[in-house]
Amino acid sequence: MLEIDKLEKILVGLKRVVDYNVRVRVKADASGVETDGVKMSINPFDEIALEEALRIKERGEADEVVVVSMGRTECQQQLRTGLAMGADRAILVESDDEIDSLTGAKILLALVEREHPGLVILGKQAIDNDNNQTGQMLAALWDRPQATFASELTISGDSATVTREVDVGLETIEIDLPAVVTADLRLNEPRYVKLPDIMKAKKKPLDIVPLADLSVAPAPRLTSVEYTAPEQRQKGVIVDDVAGLVAALKEKGLA
Amino acid sequence: MSNILVIAEHDTGTLNPSVAKTVACAASIQDAKITIAVFVNGDDSIALQAAKLNAVDNVLQINNAANEHALAAVIAPQVASIASRYSHVFGPSTTFGKDLMPRIAALLNVNQISDVMEAIDSHKFRRPIYAGNAILTVEAQPDSIVIATVRTASYQAVDSDNTAPVEVQSSDADIPSHTRFVELKAGKSDRPDLQSASKVVSGGRALASAENFDIIYSLADTMGAGVGASRAAVDAGYVPNEMQVGQTGKIIAPDLYVAIGISGAIQHLTGIKDAGTIVAINKDEEAPIFEVADIGLVGDLFKIVPELEQALK
Repeated sequence: MLEIDKLEKILVGLKRVVDYNVRVRVKADASGVETDGVKMSINPFDEIALEEALRIKERGEADEVVVVSMGRTECQQQLRTGLAMGADRAILVESDDEIDSLTGAKILLALVEREHPGLVILGKQAIDNDNNQTGQMLAALWDRPQATFASELTISGDSATVTREVDVGLETIEIDLPAVVTADLRLNEPRYVKLPDIMKAKKKPLDIVPLADLSVAPAPRLTSVEYTAPEQRQKGVIVDDVAGLVAALKEKGLA
Repeated sequence: MSNILVIAEHDTGTLNPSVAKTVACAASIQDAKITIAVFVNGDDSIALQAAKLNAVDNVLQINNAANEHALAAVIAPQVASIASRYSHVFGPSTTFGKDLMPRIAALLNVNQISDVMEAIDSHKFRRPIYAGNAILTVEAQPDSIVIATVRTASYQAVDSDNTAPVEVQSSDADIPSHTRFVELKAGKSDRPDLQSASKVVSGGRALASAENFDIIYSLADTMGAGVGASRAAVDAGYVPNEMQVGQTGKIIAPDLYVAIGISGAIQHLTGIKDAGTIVAINKDEEAPIFEVADIGLVGDLFKIVPELEQALK
């Protein structure tokens, strides 16, 4: 039987998003949410994706981890953090325009065709637009398997076994490689970056590719018409004891 | 007129309750003709359940041996091959729909509208972003097909006293074999399903251990309620992740939601904001959960919960 070599390369997507601890506010003119002076970070699910790729490499099952981001030049900060976590090199696809999920998937496909990774790991969704689309779209365009909401990933030769967190419990599927995996919360706990690693990361390669250099075909765009604040629930009553609670529930016909 | 295809989610011979809610969203669009597509390996019972849903005009049962398990890579090309007959393709925003629908959208070269909470018209929708901290109104181009997932907590299921015609076909789409089902381990529970229960009791980190969660289960059983948990309780390992309520877990809309020892992080509140009545029990009177609770009780949950269970028996 032919012995299959380890994966040459894993590609990981890192999206720059408003930090998850920031309380997001809608702009007064309804044109978006406030991002001026707001702390920006790697999308937390993407951090989990990167951690998983690093662990696969550290187990000796892959040679190289490449992190990719797309957007404005500031995304280099998140790529440098990714390099400090342990990625070997980084690619920024630079564009001042907003990149929607389908265009993002097409950009990733263009990079996949250049880099030929054995595995692409992305976060299951970005915590800004909460779209949960890019990984599935990349898999469709690439005509390869997808394993979304992964909580466990085992590589064995030219296939992988993935446990997925689905509504009713845990589903296990087997996928041929190359494939796209999207990371859920329980896949792992990402490492903290240490100061010497930040210094080392400055010397690692970070390529900048203008979006125009990748021939990405346009698709019908969605128009963001307006952003509004959500309706707030009204604060109710505070009862003194269990008897008061039961009485209030009975009044509403709930007990 | 909108010609809307709804993709049916089903498991072990039962139509998932999310389908009736996805149909409700489709039916809220003016002049909608609604078709439900059921992908099965010859099992006729799912299509019959789908045909009962009100507002449905017809049901397409698509047979293929590969449809034994609901894999996105298997179903997406079958949907894409018939999509040109429709103006819209909707799926529920469950893990099934979230997995499948973007794969369909990419095959059709369009962006997807995720988590629709309101259809303003046939091409304009409202959806939550930033874990529900903002609502985005988004519009698809008038000449392009609309692919969307429907936030089931935003819709009431349509009733089931219809008898729509069922048409049985087989699919000739090219189906890949690169993705294979291995097994499904369902969290076994005799309790009502968290997603569809009319009453839900949830516990948070204040429970302090997996063993202490027993008082939550016990109260829930007395009330006939489903059991949920905050992300903090899941992360602490007290309960499995399938019990997580919130933006990164399940988004639910029960008639009654009882939050016990849950402080009310924004991501948790996003998951319950469509609940009918929210009850909060917490020892910290400053906890944000009290800002959204209809009924609040400040105190020690280990004393209050058994007392409440006795009172409700």
